[in-house]
Amino acid sequence: MAEAMNAPYTSLLATRGLNAWYGESHILHGVDFEVHGGEVVTLLGRNGAGKTTTLKSVMGMVEKRSGSVQFQGAEMIGLPSNRIARLGIAVCPEERGIFSSLDVEENLLLPPQVAAGGLGLAQVYELFPNLKERLRSQGTKLSGGEQQMLAIGRILRTGARMLLLDEPTEGLAPVIVQQIGRTIARLKAEGFTILLVEQNFRFAATIADRHYVMENGRVVDMIPNAQLDANMHKLHEYLGV
Amino acid sequence: MRAPFRTTAMDSIFGVPVQALFGQLLIGLINGSFYALLSLGLAVIFGLLNIINFTHGAQYMMGAFVAYLLASKAGLGYWWSLALVPLVVGFTGVVIERLMLSKLYRLDHLYGLLLTFGLALIIQGLFRNEYGTSGLPYAMPAELAGGRNLGFMFLPNYRAWVIVASLGVCIGTWFVIEKTKLGSYLRAATENPALVQAFGINVPRMITLTYGFGVALAAFAGVMAAPIYQVSPQMGADLIIVVFAVVVIGGMGSIMGSIVTGFALGLIEGLTKVFYPEASNTVIFIIMAIVLMFKPAGLFGSQK
Repeated sequence: MAEAMNAPYTSLLATRGLNAWYGESHILHGVDFEVHGGEVVTLLGRNGAGKTTTLKSVMGMVEKRSGSVQFQGAEMIGLPSNRIARLGIAVCPEERGIFSSLDVEENLLLPPQVAAGGLGLAQVYELFPNLKERLRSQGTKLSGGEQQMLAIGRILRTGARMLLLDEPTEGLAPVIVQQIGRTIARLKAEGFTILLVEQNFRFAATIADRHYVMENGRVVDMIPNAQLDANMHKLHEYLGV
Repeated sequence: MRAPFRTTAMDSIFGVPVQALFGQLLIGLINGSFYALLSLGLAVIFGLLNIINFTHGAQYMMGAFVAYLLASKAGLGYWWSLALVPLVVGFTGVVIERLMLSKLYRLDHLYGLLLTFGLALIIQGLFRNEYGTSGLPYAMPAELAGGRNLGFMFLPNYRAWVIVASLGVCIGTWFVIEKTKLGSYLRAATENPALVQAFGINVPRMITLTYGFGVALAAFAGVMAAPIYQVSPQMGADLIIVVFAVVVIGGMGSIMGSIVTGFALGLIEGLTKVFYPEASNTVIFIIMAIVLMFKPAGLFGSQK
């Protein structure tokens, strides 16, 4: 049963005592977790538990943070988000962040390449064929599912191998959720490392290696996916479902 | 034998002599060129910085003064000034952004407005102290002296150049912002700077350079204005009130809106001088009031 714990992973991303603030509000109170190279790890928890803030803190997108965030062994707590991105981390935000003053192609080409080895445009279109037919459309004129594909597709081009995805399935039709799920599975197979914020743990269970459970700005538990069934009662309690 | 009356179609339109009509339209276009250049700079700055740059008029005046100083102290002529002055004055903008404006982005817009308004008063005061209030002359470039007779009117070469150069700069700026990769960064950062920065783009530097560019546009307009209007510390303050009305009519932050509205309002002002001179100083503000009643975000603006 300890297989997932002892697997030959190396810690790619790790936080220690991560605190974060929005203005006067203290949101994160010492978050500890780690993600190994090639893993898909989720952050589960109720609304307001601090999942999105954790992603934003890793990316340097909060006003104030303290503690430690290490990527490939290098400390990132003092870096601005543009420098963090250049280390090979890319974010797909919860609200998707499609730009309305840019057309689909401009949205897709916006994030600069930060490393070699990103997907080519042809590969992105192969993953998300809908995008290719809508290149001249205004970004925000796409359906919710297409916007999500665009938000994921554009960061795959950059060469970043560590992806932070914030609720990529939120509000989408089941068929689209399946497509996103297949995409994440394929990215994992190709060696991408993914940190995923999810409300829908049934979806998360189909693609993740491990789950961290957050409550009140802290990580309170870690459940390997293989032990999810055995911990279902605990999880129901955490998530209140 | 008496000559027949020949004052109909060819010589007058609606009872106004053709010469006067086109003369006023030309003046309107010239004014419109400056409205467009200045409101374009304001729009670029407002779009990304969310700051209403009240220093804009003073920076336009600085453009004219630096051109005057380059000519009188260094012997550098108009064309040198056209190239150098936007760089010099734009650099002062970069310094202002780095040292002062950048501290205000987290605060209410009002603070940016107060700071830039205060800076305008200080800059104008310094120049008034040094050079007095009477205007200083600036020579027209020899290449553009004289003019040509178009048959229906006389067109001074320099005024034609102002219109062409201003149109060129406006369209070039529009092209860069709307049609290039650099422009897509700018548009995206206007919408969501935090996300654009998280993609790896140095947004604070982009903001600094954008402010510098907007200021450079004002300085460029100042150099172009120097041979037409007199170079005086007050020249920007007089103009900027009208330019703010242009910006409000066009829509805050809209690039195309500021260009089209700038030229159009110059023309409308010119026409008003022909047909109802009493209203020529107020027509722009009347239009502003009407536009605000029906489209509060301006003709080209979108509600933010």
